[in-house]
Amino acid sequence: MSGSTARSRLPHECIVIGVSSGGFRALSALLPKLPKHCRIAVLIVQHIKADAGDFLARHLDNICAIRVKQAEDKEVIDTGTVYLAPPGYHLLVERDKTLSLSVDEPVHFARPSIDVLFESAAPVYRDRLIGIILTGAGTDGCIGMKAVKEHGGLTIVQDPKTADVSFLPRSVLHTVSVDYILPLDAIGGFLARMAV
Amino acid sequence: MSDGISGETVMEPTADAERIEIQLLLEAVYRKYGYDFRSYAEASITRRIQRHQALNGYRTISEIQHAVLTDRTAFLRLMHDLSISVTEMFRDPSFYRSLRAQVLPHLKSLPFLRIWLAGCATGEEVYSIAILLREEAVCEKVQIYATDINESALHTARQGIYPLENIQAYTGNYHKAGGKRSFGDYYTARYDRAVMDASLRNHILFSHHNLVTDGSFAEMHLIICRNVLIYFSGALQDRVLQLFAESLIEEGFLCLGSKETPRFSPCASQFEEWDAHERIYRKKSAAA
Repeated sequence: MSGSTARSRLPHECIVIGVSSGGFRALSALLPKLPKHCRIAVLIVQHIKADAGDFLARHLDNICAIRVKQAEDKEVIDTGTVYLAPPGYHLLVERDKTLSLSVDEPVHFARPSIDVLFESAAPVYRDRLIGIILTGAGTDGCIGMKAVKEHGGLTIVQDPKTADVSFLPRSVLHTVSVDYILPLDAIGGFLARMAV
Repeated sequence: MSDGISGETVMEPTADAERIEIQLLLEAVYRKYGYDFRSYAEASITRRIQRHQALNGYRTISEIQHAVLTDRTAFLRLMHDLSISVTEMFRDPSFYRSLRAQVLPHLKSLPFLRIWLAGCATGEEVYSIAILLREEAVCEKVQIYATDINESALHTARQGIYPLENIQAYTGNYHKAGGKRSFGDYYTARYDRAVMDASLRNHILFSHHNLVTDGSFAEMHLIICRNVLIYFSGALQDRVLQLFAESLIEEGFLCLGSKETPRFSPCASQFEEWDAHERIYRKKSAAA
């Protein structure tokens, strides 16, 4: 663990979350822990079929105190809001902290891709970014977590033993020396403390 | 000399240097060849340039700049990677259903119909539109202008030959889009390729057009430009939407991608929502 608590520093500004199989349950358990007025923005890539519509965003918005919505192109990233990548689109962070979308080819068979979001967010938020990988199959997310780490961000992986599907968190642990490996409910508690 | 500063500052100099290199590369491309990518959304174009760098074995972005300035083929390769777009037939089937049910009935009575498909890429979308128009029996009085910035994509579009492996997905989309026949009626399988029925091209004019720098070229009744604006900065989106507003007749229709909207643009007031969910807009008449 590379503790970043020793020296005084600016608070974290943004959390990026990547999740694949098992994500519906994991996000439904995690996001309700975030308070309504939160001084942090959350950007999420959940691997999902292109024709899935906006059910997931509406469901999460219903069960969460914090506002949850599907990301729109050129939208200004606002604190206290959770943005989900729309099905069929990559979600990217611009230098001016707005969001943009793309329909470039899938990355590791995924669109939206976790790597695309994380790699674009890392140079913008640098050490004010938290990258989190939850349950999932596949390897999309490994390169993205590496980028978060290299730009000074905090990295957290769901303990593979507690993940519905452990392949993705395991793959990330093989690729990056992350800061924390935590069970899902501990990640929730961590975020709740970070966000107020 | 760095006392008191360097130890405290968290810096990632490589990222910023690379950003400068990318800006210089795009400036070089513009000044040497006239293609202006400087107002594209930065995150996506950065990703595309990095991918081009990796695939072509350039060590730095500056190396691409040097290659592009001194070697036209290097420029063409870069140009291809920066401007290619991924598309499919009848992508977003519900959009085509809406086009069929909500838009075409208002255009059918016109003596002649001009349609501009801006950013047609490799042509999948324009063949989809041509099929739909044929099924709605309006294709005889239609001129479709299919334009793109990417010459090699246009070449593919003109040929209308696609990998057979994609046809199964396209067939599914076609039926979800309200297709009235068998999708097999519109192509011939030849080895591992699907060759689109050449007669679909009778009313399509493919041509090179650059949305960033070129102007309006005809009065359109319908403009379709899907998943192109998302690659542009806000300012460039405004310019292109204004170009569309100028190119449309009064009460002409504008179809954007499912995540695109003129709402944030200064020319929003010139359009009314026609089918908000499918991102179909209608240009207001001057009297309104």
